[in-house]
Amino acid sequence: MINTLFESWPVLWPALAAIGVILAVVPFLGLYMTFVERKIAAYVQDRVGPNRVGPFGLFQAIADGIKIFLKEQLIPDHVFTALYFLAPAFSLITAMFALVVMPFGPVATDYKDGFRFVVAPGIDIGILMMLAISSLSAYGIIIGGWASNNKYSIYGAIRSCAQFISYEIPLGLSILGVIAITGSLNIEKIVEAQSGSLLDWNVFWQPVAMLVFFTAALAETNRLPFDLPECEQELVGGFHTEYSGIKFVLYFLAEYTHIVTVSFLTALLFLGGWHFPGLPGPSGASTPILLLGLGVLLAKVALVVLVIILLRWSLPRFRFDQLMGLAWKGLIPLGLVNLVGVAIVLSLGLPKHLLIATVILPVLAAYYSAAKFNASMATTDAMRQGLSPQGAVSYE
Amino acid sequence: MSDPKKNDPQKNEAQMNKPSAKKSVKWGEAPKMSILDALYLPAIASGLATAVRHAVSGKATTRQYPEAEPEIPPNYRGVHRLNRDEAGRVKCVACYMCQTACPANCIEIIAAPAPKDDPHWKDRDKFPATFTIDELRCIYCGMCEEACPVDAIELTSIYDLTGMTREEMIFDKEKLLSVFDETVKSGQDPVRTNRGNLGPAAELSPTAKDAPPPPGRGKSG
Ligand code: SF4
Ligand code: SF4
Repeated sequence: MINTLFESWPVLWPALAAIGVILAVVPFLGLYMTFVERKIAAYVQDRVGPNRVGPFGLFQAIADGIKIFLKEQLIPDHVFTALYFLAPAFSLITAMFALVVMPFGPVATDYKDGFRFVVAPGIDIGILMMLAISSLSAYGIIIGGWASNNKYSIYGAIRSCAQFISYEIPLGLSILGVIAITGSLNIEKIVEAQSGSLLDWNVFWQPVAMLVFFTAALAETNRLPFDLPECEQELVGGFHTEYSGIKFVLYFLAEYTHIVTVSFLTALLFLGGWHFPGLPGPSGASTPILLLGLGVLLAKVALVVLVIILLRWSLPRFRFDQLMGLAWKGLIPLGLVNLVGVAIVLSLGLPKHLLIATVILPVLAAYYSAAKFNASMATTDAMRQGLSPQGAVSYE
Repeated sequence: MSDPKKNDPQKNEAQMNKPSAKKSVKWGEAPKMSILDALYLPAIASGLATAVRHAVSGKATTRQYPEAEPEIPPNYRGVHRLNRDEAGRVKCVACYMCQTACPANCIEIIAAPAPKDDPHWKDRDKFPATFTIDELRCIYCGMCEEACPVDAIELTSIYDLTGMTREEMIFDKEKLLSVFDETVKSGQDPVRTNRGNLGPAAELSPTAKDAPPPPGRGKSG
């Protein structure tokens, strides 16, 4: 036993080290993302934001953390206690578990021994596993809503369930094009395929896929404009109505972990990962080059996180039928047609440049939806002849 | 939506009489959607641009409160005070008008006849032996100030009243007079009501700018 441990040590320690990095950084990142979010929200709304604790309010996140750890553990009488405790933990565990295959720095595809910026390198179903695991976090929300034994919680849980089921499909569809182009599910290989010039980044070949992916992934994070499962104005707090203190934090850590995951995936799959024109790839690279690659990747991730946060403060929340409509009538057809386009180009061996033609897809979809909207409005004159206003206007 | 003529006439007439079917009703037009609108992306981009423009404008409207105090308008309704007349006596004539007017029922007055043999009080009939206001019950409506015939009770611009117990928030006559002394001395709240001339206690009060130094404390407060 001990001997096998010793023998496998060279394989084991890089994984353990990477796990340590993720476990240490992600909660800290979550804590500080709340701070960054509050600051950005404040600036967008012409306020100042937290500025009392420490320089520029930098210790506010730590103060919040201490406060929330010391909070009373409130367990309502009417909850299903075992599941009530399990749900937030499950939420966070699945969110963190998805990070196992995610490279958080440059990883060479020759997988030499030693420290690598990924826990499990070279997983051939990487991206598939990541999507599968991270969508398990719907269970955390659904179990929590159910265990809370409260109608607002269960409404939130049901909404979340419907939302997850709907948006899984465009999420999967959108990356299929990328996978088909690369010919691999391995995340490191997908990034490797984007090395070289700026124009090798998938965003230029699959802009529609990136759009669909980003939208669907945003919906999976339960953030505004897709935060129907927890929307305060309708459902008190949605699935986390009955949660407080550290259990509430677990849910929120899970949400922020999801944001990190989504941002990393967007950067890795579409924005070229750790590649930047002029920067050598990670295979056989020296440590400074690796660190530079890490910086490039983190900068891209930070950019995506920034967009996600800014979107929250500039877009209103969807109505539920609009949310479903966006997935089923908008994203899924777009994703499907995009996939078919990629399939045609690849199987007929046409030049790759034709893929750019997919950009006209959203324009066609928009043309269709605008025509439909205007047609649905055209009947209003007839409707005005003595019908009540409730029935007069129907928005598709 | 079906053609209204096909419906039976009675129902049709009932519908015509509905307020919604009248000519006076203004109908909003649903906007026509262009391709650009239906793309949604330009709208999202312009929303993001607005957010970013505000974020980088650096024009925060926040006031850093304890360091930068707000400017309180002169007619602000804050903590009460009981005014003094020129002789430094409490101006109140214990008429109970404020207590009657108070919607929150938080003023309590016990009147006493003024000491007639005392030369200091010889021109007065009544004065409040006790005068308490429960500042926690008060809704700061200013009705007491409106009701007072001799401008004896006023609301000052003190807005940051705090206390550790409920008892210390019940202000008695001494406390209310000391609020007057403080606020008039600092020039923060000039005597602002100058309506009546109902007796010696209701003499025109000078405003803070040309006011003489505040009168000293009278014999009986
Ligand atoms: S301000 Fe209004 S509530 Fe307060 S004491 Fe005067 S009358 Fe009563
Ligand atoms: S404060 Fe004014 S209204 Fe109230 S009892 Fe005194 S004189 Fe009358």
